[in-house]
Parts: sequence; C-alpha cells; structure tokens
Amino acid sequence: MPDPLQTLEPVTGVGLPALKNEMMLPAVLDPWAGHALYEAANLAKKVPGSKVYLVSLGQKAKLQQVMMTIAQKVSFELVAIDGPASGFTDAHEVAPALAAAIMAIPGIDKSRLLLFGGWESASRGAGATMQILGEILGITDQFEGVDEITVQDDGSFQVLERVEGGKHQVSTCAGTPAVLGWATGNLGEPRNDPQVGMANMRTVMPALQRAKPAKVAAEGVLYGRVELPKQQRNTRIVKDMPADQIAREIIEWISQK
Amino acid sequence: MATPSVEKPTYETIRTLPGDDVRQILWRYSDRYDLQMLVQSVRSVARGLVAHLVAEGARNTHEWTDRKNELLKAYDESGVSASFLEPEEGGFIAGPKNMVLALVAYELAWVDGGAATGALAGCLALSPIHERGTVEQKKHYMSLCAPPQPGEDRKPWRGSFCLTEPIPYVGVDTGMLNGKLRVAEWKDGEEPMLQVDKRGRFITNMGFANFVTAAVQSVDERIKGSCIVILEENDPGIFDRGTPTKKMVHQLSSTNDPIFSLKVPASRIVGGYTVKDGVIVPNFDHSEVIEAVFKRTRVTVALMTSAKLLSAIEPIIRYQRGRFRGAEQATPGTIRYDLGLQQREDALHRLVDIWAMGEASAALGFAAARCFDVLDPLEKEKNTILEEKGIRGGKSEMKFFKGVQKDAIDFLNLCAKPEEARANSTRFVELHENKLVQYAILDAVAGVLCPASKLWNTGKGNVLMREAVSLMGGYGITEDCPGFLGQKWMDSQLEATYEGPEAVQRRNLTVTMQNELFLKQFGNWIVEMRHIAAQKPGTGACALGTAMQLWLWTYKHLQHAKDPQGNKLYQSARQGVTFPMADALCWLLASRQQILDLIELEHRGPENPVVAEGLAGTVQFLTDLCHVQTARSVGEVGRICAELVHGFRRHPAWDEAGYKGCYAQDEMDLMEAFVPGLPACATDVVGLDGCHPDKAGPCANCEGLEPFQRLRARMDNCLTGAMLAKDRAAEALTKVMIPEALDYPQ
Repeated sequence: MPDPLQTLEPVTGVGLPALKNEMMLPAVLDPWAGHALYEAANLAKKVPGSKVYLVSLGQKAKLQQVMMTIAQKVSFELVAIDGPASGFTDAHEVAPALAAAIMAIPGIDKSRLLLFGGWESASRGAGATMQILGEILGITDQFEGVDEITVQDDGSFQVLERVEGGKHQVSTCAGTPAVLGWATGNLGEPRNDPQVGMANMRTVMPALQRAKPAKVAAEGVLYGRVELPKQQRNTRIVKDMPADQIAREIIEWISQK
Repeated sequence: MATPSVEKPTYETIRTLPGDDVRQILWRYSDRYDLQMLVQSVRSVARGLVAHLVAEGARNTHEWTDRKNELLKAYDESGVSASFLEPEEGGFIAGPKNMVLALVAYELAWVDGGAATGALAGCLALSPIHERGTVEQKKHYMSLCAPPQPGEDRKPWRGSFCLTEPIPYVGVDTGMLNGKLRVAEWKDGEEPMLQVDKRGRFITNMGFANFVTAAVQSVDERIKGSCIVILEENDPGIFDRGTPTKKMVHQLSSTNDPIFSLKVPASRIVGGYTVKDGVIVPNFDHSEVIEAVFKRTRVTVALMTSAKLLSAIEPIIRYQRGRFRGAEQATPGTIRYDLGLQQREDALHRLVDIWAMGEASAALGFAAARCFDVLDPLEKEKNTILEEKGIRGGKSEMKFFKGVQKDAIDFLNLCAKPEEARANSTRFVELHENKLVQYAILDAVAGVLCPASKLWNTGKGNVLMREAVSLMGGYGITEDCPGFLGQKWMDSQLEATYEGPEAVQRRNLTVTMQNELFLKQFGNWIVEMRHIAAQKPGTGACALGTAMQLWLWTYKHLQHAKDPQGNKLYQSARQGVTFPMADALCWLLASRQQILDLIELEHRGPENPVVAEGLAGTVQFLTDLCHVQTARSVGEVGRICAELVHGFRRHPAWDEAGYKGCYAQDEMDLMEAFVPGLPACATDVVGLDGCHPDKAGPCANCEGLEPFQRLRARMDNCLTGAMLAKDRAAEALTKVMIPEALDYPQ
C-alpha cells in the first residue's frame, strides 16, 4: 500500500477511484500484514521444519521496492501477485487471488497451514479478507485481532484475540490449519539486516518475474464518493475554566455528534 | 505583491519528489539490489536512531555518551559496519566499495553529517590495510572488525585513522608528520620492535577505537622514510585517547586529540617491510598509502553535502506552503493559504537554485564513486602487469606510463571519430582491450573527479546551505528546524575542511587537470555536449559546451601568457591563476554530469513502470534544473576566465604610451572631411591640449584575444532561455506533491 506518510489524495477517473500519483508514491507493506509476517517468522524460528511464504498482492514494480526493505527483516519466500493495492480494491476479489496463489505453491500441505495476515488488510478496515480467504481454503478455525500465539508441545496452540473493553479472549486450538488475522502482536519491527536480505533476494527476484496479474478491479462496485477526512480546527481559549465545566462542555459536544 | 504571471504550463511537470526509483536510474544502481537494500537499511538507522539523537539534543555535548554509543550497534546491525568488507571477511557485498560507501554517506548525511562521518571513519581506518596491507594484516583486522555473525559472542573492533594535524602553537609543521618511529629493540634473528610516538588532532572514532592506523616518520637511521603503522589499545606503553575535540559540528562522531607512545612489532607496518643492509625499508611509504586511501574516501565526504542540499527541498517547500496557515487572513481556498510563501517568485527561484545545485553535486559525487568502482579492478590488473614486468615505484612507473599515454591518446583520438569510421579499426579494438590504456584513461578522469567533487560539492554546497537556512526564516537557525537545516549548514563547513581542506583540493586539481589524457577527454566531452544539445535542446548542454571551450581556450592561453613583469601566469606557485581555473572546471564537471544523468533517466526511465508513470514531467523538471545550473556554471566560468585573461594585462593610462593608441583630435577633423561620421566610431580621442575622455585610460588593446571575445559573446548568447527554464521550474515547485510530514525522526 502507499506509504501513509505521503499525501494520499483520492482522484476519480474511469472505473475505480485511485490515489493521485499513486504509482509514484513510495509503498510499504501494510502495518497489519507486517506484524503478521514478523510473528510468522518468529514462530517459524522456534518450530524446526517450518517455512514462511509471503503472499503479497501489489503492483509488481512497487512490490520490488517494498521487498528492498521487507526482505531484510526476516527470512521468507515471496509469492508475488501483480495488481493494484491502493485501498480501493475489494476483499471479495483480493481473497480469491491470494487463495489461488497459495494453492499454487508447490508441495503446500493445507492441513499443516497457519495462515497469518493483517486482520484489516486489503479490506478498508472491514477485516473481511482473511475471513474470506479462510473460507475459500476451507479453513474454519479463524481468529481475528490476534496479539499472541503460543504453541504447545502437542501441536495445539493458544491464541489471544482482541475483544471489547481492551481485553483479550483466550482460545485454544487443537492444531493446524488455522487462520490468524493479526492485530499488532507483541514483537517490535525487526531491524534491517542486509545479510538476510541478500539471502531472500535469491528467491524474491524470480518470484517477482513470475508474478501473475490478478483481476481485482472491483468491477461492479460503485463508489458514491471518496474524499479525505476534513481537518477541523475549532479552538477557543478560555482561562481558569473549572474542570466540571470543561467536562460538561465535552459531554455536550459529544452529544451533538 | 504577487508572483508575476509566467509562462503557463502546457507541458508535463514533476508530480512528486523524485523517489528511489528515479534516483536508482540517475545514479546507475537500478540493477544493484544489494545497494538498494543497503540504502533502505542505512535509511532506517538515519531516520530512526540518528534523527532521534539530533532531535533530543545529543549534539549538544562533545563527549561520546552512552546514547551516542548506541549508534555503533545500529551500524553493526544494519550492515553499515560490514558494508566495507568482502563476503569472506564478514561483509555482504562483493567487489569495489566506492558506490557502497557513497550511498551510506549520502543516506546518513541526509539526516546528520556527523553520523555519516563516524560510520565511515571505521572504514577509513581499515582503508590503509585494505589498499596496501599484507594478506595477513587484511585477514586479521578485517575479521576483527566484522560484526558478529549469529551465534558469535564477541565485540567487533573499531578503528581510527590518525594522519596528522597541526596542533596550534606547539610547533607542528602541516607538511611534516608529527609521528616518530624508531627501533626499540632488534635482537638477532627476531622481528624488530618499534617505538611509536605520535600525537593526533581531530581523530575520528578515537573515543572508542580498539586500533589506530597511524602515519609516522622514521627518526632512526635503521628505518627508512615513513610508513603507516597499526597501533592497538593493549600495546605496551601509552594509548591515551586524549580530550574530546570541542567541535561545533558533527557531534555525532567521536573526535579526540590522542597521544600514543607504544612499542609494536615491525609486522604492524602496513604493507610489510624488507630489510636491506640492516635497514628496515617499509614496502609502502605513508604517502603511497594515503594517496590510495584519500583518492577514494574524499568522494564520500563530497556526497554528504549533496545529501544536505537535496534533503532541504522537502522541508522548505512544506514551510513555504504552510507559512500563513492558521492566520486569520489565510483561509482555506485562498492563494495565501494554499501557496503561502510560494506566491513569491524570489522564494521559488532561490529554492530552484538550491535544488539545481543539489542535483548537480550529487551527480558529480556519484559519478566519481562509480568511476572508482570501475577503476579499482583495473588498478589491480595494472599492478599485476607492472609486477610481472618488474616495474615498481613512482619514477619507473611514470616512465613506463609515458608509452602507455601515447597509446591512450591514440585511443581517445579514435574515440572522437564517428563510430562508423572506427568500426573496422583493429587498432581501436586492440587499445580498447588494453587494460593499461584503459586504466590510464580512467585514472586521469578519477584524478580530477575526486578533488573536484570534494572541493565543489562541499565548498559551494555550504554556500547554498546558507541559502536553504535563510529560506526557513528564523526557524532555520533553531534546533527545531525541520530537516535540521541549521545543523546541516554548520556541518557542511567541516565537510569542506576535513580530509583535505579546499586549498588542498584545489592544489590537487591543478595538478591532475593538466594531465594530457584528461584534457583530451575534456575536448571530447565538448563534442559530446554539442551532440546532446542537438538531440535534446533545453538542458543547457550547448551553453555548457561553449563554456567548456572557453575554459580550454583560457587554459591554453594561460600556459604561455605572461604578466607585465614577464612572469609566466600558469605556474605552480601562482595560485591566483591556477586555483580559479580549478574552481571553474568544477562547475563544468558538475553540470556535465547532471546533464548526463538526465539523459540516462530519459533513456532508462520507460523500462520501469513506476518511473514511466510521471516520466515526462520528471524529465521536464530535471531538464529545467540542468538548464538553470548550466546557466550558473556558464556565468561562473565566464567571470573566472575573463578575470584571468584580461586581469593580468596592465590597463593603458593617459600617458605617452597610452596616447599612442589614441586618435588625435586634428586627425579626426581631417577624417571627418573625407568620411563624414567616421570620428563618431573612435572611442579614444585626445585633444591637442592633452584633454581626453573622462575615464580611467584608453581602452585596453585586446589583440590576440579575439577568439576569447568571440567565445565569450557566444556563451552569453547561449544563456538564451535559461531564465524561462527557471520560471518553469519555479512554477513546478508550487505544484509538486510532497508527503504530509517529514519522515524523520521516525
């Protein structure tokens, strides 16, 4: 996705809305997906014989740039899919494209799959992509808003999911396969390590060359209007206002909304 | 007062600030994934930890604090420390490292020059060993400095390079080495032990270095000449790190004034030694080692200032646009709100100047780095060939290369011919494949590009950094200034000074630019610029070609021109002549490289879909910047050359000698009778009573300078359109999309 630090200005042309100069803006792996990747790599390090595949949908040329950073973070094998990633794509199209790419991985054993992804990725915050993807792949053990996974010796694992009230729901899953839509997890962003990057690049470049275009143009989806959130600045400077009165005014303001 | 209406764009213009994809093409590393990854890795350190340290005020102390020390770990983890090493030594990039270090310096200096200096000082310490060390020395010290691999539990060694610096008022001559070397102990059949006494000043990384490569001079008849020795912190004797230098700049690098008095084995002499007639003869004297080291490392310093200029663009645009937002009169939708200071032409034009010089300076610096990357393997081959021929040492090598130079000139002459004319030339193919010829040709260019980039990028860059600071108003000289512009301005002054101040670079350049091989290539570049101008008008290449002609004409003229006392103008001691010529050359080289980079982008851009999207606008904008910068270069070259060509001729006075060149009034009266109106053309007419026009003297005779005058007039004429380009570039600045916020500290 385009780097959120950039000026993201929606423009409406023929078909889908897009972002102004989108192709020229720097791109990043969306933060949710990033956390999922780092958690996956962390888990893979602890479980011998496991392997991380990063299945990513984005414009091929942008993916290549993103990989120059991401490939230095952790070890993985890239499966690249060529398509737009602006935030105007639809989860119902992205998920099948991802599912097809996953199923095409040579030797993939679906029964031993832990499918990690960002819980709000590619869905404009709706959290739909991972759920649909799981359904397509027939994986019904699904967890959303995950912050932690702890694998037990018997292959079962305990998952912490975010729930209302700032709490976590603790679930235990008997084993793979499962879908985990990650929130932020507990890990910091791994440092860049060019040595890891050099190792990853052996597979990244061929994967990018092999990337097939995905049809995720959201045909039939009608966007009524797209706009940036408006900045509002209603400042009032009042001296020595008692706390009670401040609280009353805030409640009043919220009530108006 | 609003900006006067300028030519409204009917052309594509730049849409966003040039991203990595564009830079990779401009600076020729779009096919180097190792470099692209390194850039990202270094950037995360620069815009993360380094930026935080600057923002926290870590620069406000000279001491090497624990917080600053975190940088070392970050350099190790991000691959900066290992970037200088070969894969077998613990590094991850094979081959020449000039472009590697150039990019590291550029990325770190984008945020802080001191961090860049500190990171690269370790490489500088290893450079003497890398360039001239024995196999054992290389293996030993490179592996010690390699960051630990997974599973390894050791602290990597840090190094420091200690040449010499004059310590004020203690009687140190800048031209002499203040390190002394003598034999401490030499038992029969055993390795000699040496006593090293040295004081250093401004020594980077000294606060934590585990070893030092130090230049020393023999004061013992049993040791010949000078050399570089390796000192370790645990060697017997004094390894005093000294007091931290009270620098006003680059405080994120550790700099001390150390004192050493140590006993070391002779095997620490970099490059080894031989014993001849009871005398220790180092295989390389200190100047041979230093020449090999500084030949390369100065380029990285040059790029530090380039990074500063280009990093200033985004914060200035943001400041200019947002200057009035929040004020009562600046309501959304008004020009005052949307454009802020960008309503004013001056603010835009000055920013265009900064951007144009930033591009030119980066172009020159990276061209130099690439040049050395090509030169390094050629130099190794040259050394092997010469070794096989038994040629070693300055004089015998110079003598041998006189023959090579003739071949190289032949090759360059063939290069100047049209491609079809040399297509079947076996001589051309033979010379093209001759490594010594190719080395000589490239070495001549590298010898110029290195001092030129160090001198021009830092010196002129510093002046433009002041402009950048001024464009931020009072904000510019605060610690809070986005982009740390005030700190960068100060830092650039040090960059113009260390690793050889401007005078040293000018001196170096005045020697290397005289190389016949360089001048021959320079002549070919004039043709190249004309060709580019024909293919792609609008870059200023044509004007630049004329300015290059003017420079060359002036250079040749000065070789035989004399002052009124009959003294030759172009001679080593006459720095008032040679140094300005060196300065003028730098402007030309930078502009040429900027244009060549633009051509590369236009050619290769369509291959990359990311770049192709807005390529037309990006190319148009960068073309205009080339034109703006070329106009500036042309102006500087014209001024310098005119001063030198005319300035050493004595101006005629109203005296007997001066009157000889004037018309007498009675002659004029007579002429008027024969050719009415002719006297009006005469400028200097003297009356019978000796009265003369009200001016300093009769106009100077310009005999012999007609070609210069023609070139000068032509060059001025070539400036046609340059200000239109500036207007277009300025207009583009009001439209270019910038990020919502600066991406550092992050």
